Amino acid sequence: MSEKKPVIEFKDVTFWHGGGNEKPAIKNINLKIYEGDYVALLGLNGAGKTTLQLCINGVIPNSIMGDFEGEVIVYGKDTYDTPVREMAKMVGMVFDNPEFQLSQMSVAEEIALGMESLGFSYDEMVETITEVLDIVGLQGLEERSPFGLSGGQQQRLSIAAALAMEPKILVMDEPTSNVDPIGKEEIFSVAAQLNREKNMTVIMAEHEVEVMAAYANIVIVMHEGEILLNGTPEEVFSNVELIQKLGLRLPQVTEYAHRLNQLNLASIKKPYPVTLNSAIERYKDIL
Amino acid sequence: MEPIIKVENLWHTYPTGNITALREVSLNINRGELIGVIGQNGSGKTTLVKHFIGLLKPTRGKVFIDGEDTEPLKVQQLAAKVGYVYQNPNHQLFARTVQEELEFGPNNLGVPKEEVQERVEQAIKFFGLEELRYLHPYRIGFPLRKLVGMATIYTMKPDIFILDEPTTGQDNITTQKVYRLIKKLRDEGATVLCVAHDMILLSEVVDRMLVLRDSEVIMDASPREVFSNNEIMASTHLAPPQITSLSLNLRKNKNKLDDVVLSVDEMLALSKDSNQKEKI
Repeated sequence: MSEKKPVIEFKDVTFWHGGGNEKPAIKNINLKIYEGDYVALLGLNGAGKTTLQLCINGVIPNSIMGDFEGEVIVYGKDTYDTPVREMAKMVGMVFDNPEFQLSQMSVAEEIALGMESLGFSYDEMVETITEVLDIVGLQGLEERSPFGLSGGQQQRLSIAAALAMEPKILVMDEPTSNVDPIGKEEIFSVAAQLNREKNMTVIMAEHEVEVMAAYANIVIVMHEGEILLNGTPEEVFSNVELIQKLGLRLPQVTEYAHRLNQLNLASIKKPYPVTLNSAIERYKDIL
Repeated sequence: MEPIIKVENLWHTYPTGNITALREVSLNINRGELIGVIGQNGSGKTTLVKHFIGLLKPTRGKVFIDGEDTEPLKVQQLAAKVGYVYQNPNHQLFARTVQEELEFGPNNLGVPKEEVQERVEQAIKFFGLEELRYLHPYRIGFPLRKLVGMATIYTMKPDIFILDEPTTGQDNITTQKVYRLIKKLRDEGATVLCVAHDMILLSEVVDRMLVLRDSEVIMDASPREVFSNNEIMASTHLAPPQITSLSLNLRKNKNKLDDVVLSVDEMLALSKDSNQKEKI
């Protein structure tokens, strides 16, 4: 069997933001992400999640000032000498505040914006717009103003605009922090669907650990610019003491396992359950 | 005792487009209650709380704050009684330093200078803002800036705090701090309403939930009752906290509310009980 090749690889990456920052925003990052992975990026504000994500599409080091060391390879291309517009075809980005990304008069124009800069023809654009709006469930809203949409719809429009460039990787930075519960559900399920059906690689920074435990196959924990944990949700969340020491939340069913053991109420073996379904199975004899 | 907020058959219709945003809402909120207000965008929750700060007046029905009909009252007159903290602190901060920001509210209410300084000191201590005092609010990171937003209302000493999504955009450490602050506000005698979707806030911090859907209050009950009501949860697109879902799945008696837990602590207490019963 041939060894699987990573689609994203960080080799000893350290980045200092410009303006004389002594402390790097990320340091000594070594990381391999494979095609079809759904990666949850966890960490406190300031842990380096956004910086790491901006390295994936080459905005760092090409558009953001600072000192960059190491190498980031995405689909075989070194981000250092690949133009950002070429990277944009491989990596779609969605940020936490959709209003910052939206600028056009209509939903259709919003999606066309990125495609125009990549030289798509008119017919291709029309076809793609219909297709991506369908994927995110905004069909028929082509002529609406992006600013009249709900927060969840705006965020799905940002996803549609990213998808129009036909990326292989979708990077999302706390995409649900400004939307209501329906919006959250919509965004998580669109991302899961793209991951499952199109084998798209998803890298999502998100605070909701229970949701991430259910969707992601890889969880990465960052702290002060470094990666401290990297593994399956079960492996990572079983490091209960470290995660709590960092000030991060655990899925509640995982915390429950740890404390049952501590209080000698049961003896739950690692890896601990992290999702509701696995917890129901593991705990059904305890109550 | 007179409820601090009394809503009698409140209807609100926005003049543009004749949209009924609130329909037949009646409720009482007592002094010292800590309440969660939930519902989708467009369900009417913002319209409801805007009546408490006087930004909106009833189309039909009445709203009383501390026994007083809000109808003739101006926003400024209510500001001493009801404080509103925006979800986005940028919507309320404008001064050059945190210190000035904190002075602004009470100065505006005509509080004597000495007392203003006293209140500013209290707020700085209460919210832990010692190191930020002389900084420009926009030089402060979002999580702390949001605390500054709360502190500017605190110095006005309102009886009622309305907090719009107080934990969104915060990481776990600041979120835990916000939970402690909310409880402390209540312990100091304030009435606190949190418009929020943060499930941990709703399950572990608030005592009572108002659930809005399609312009109506469809449930007014304890979090335990709300989270165990499948129909309400599904129709509002909310999922109970993971540990609550676990208890709902594992409980043997589907009608026993005591077996629905709201926190890991409660789940452990329940596990302890069943452990002891087995030993007997």
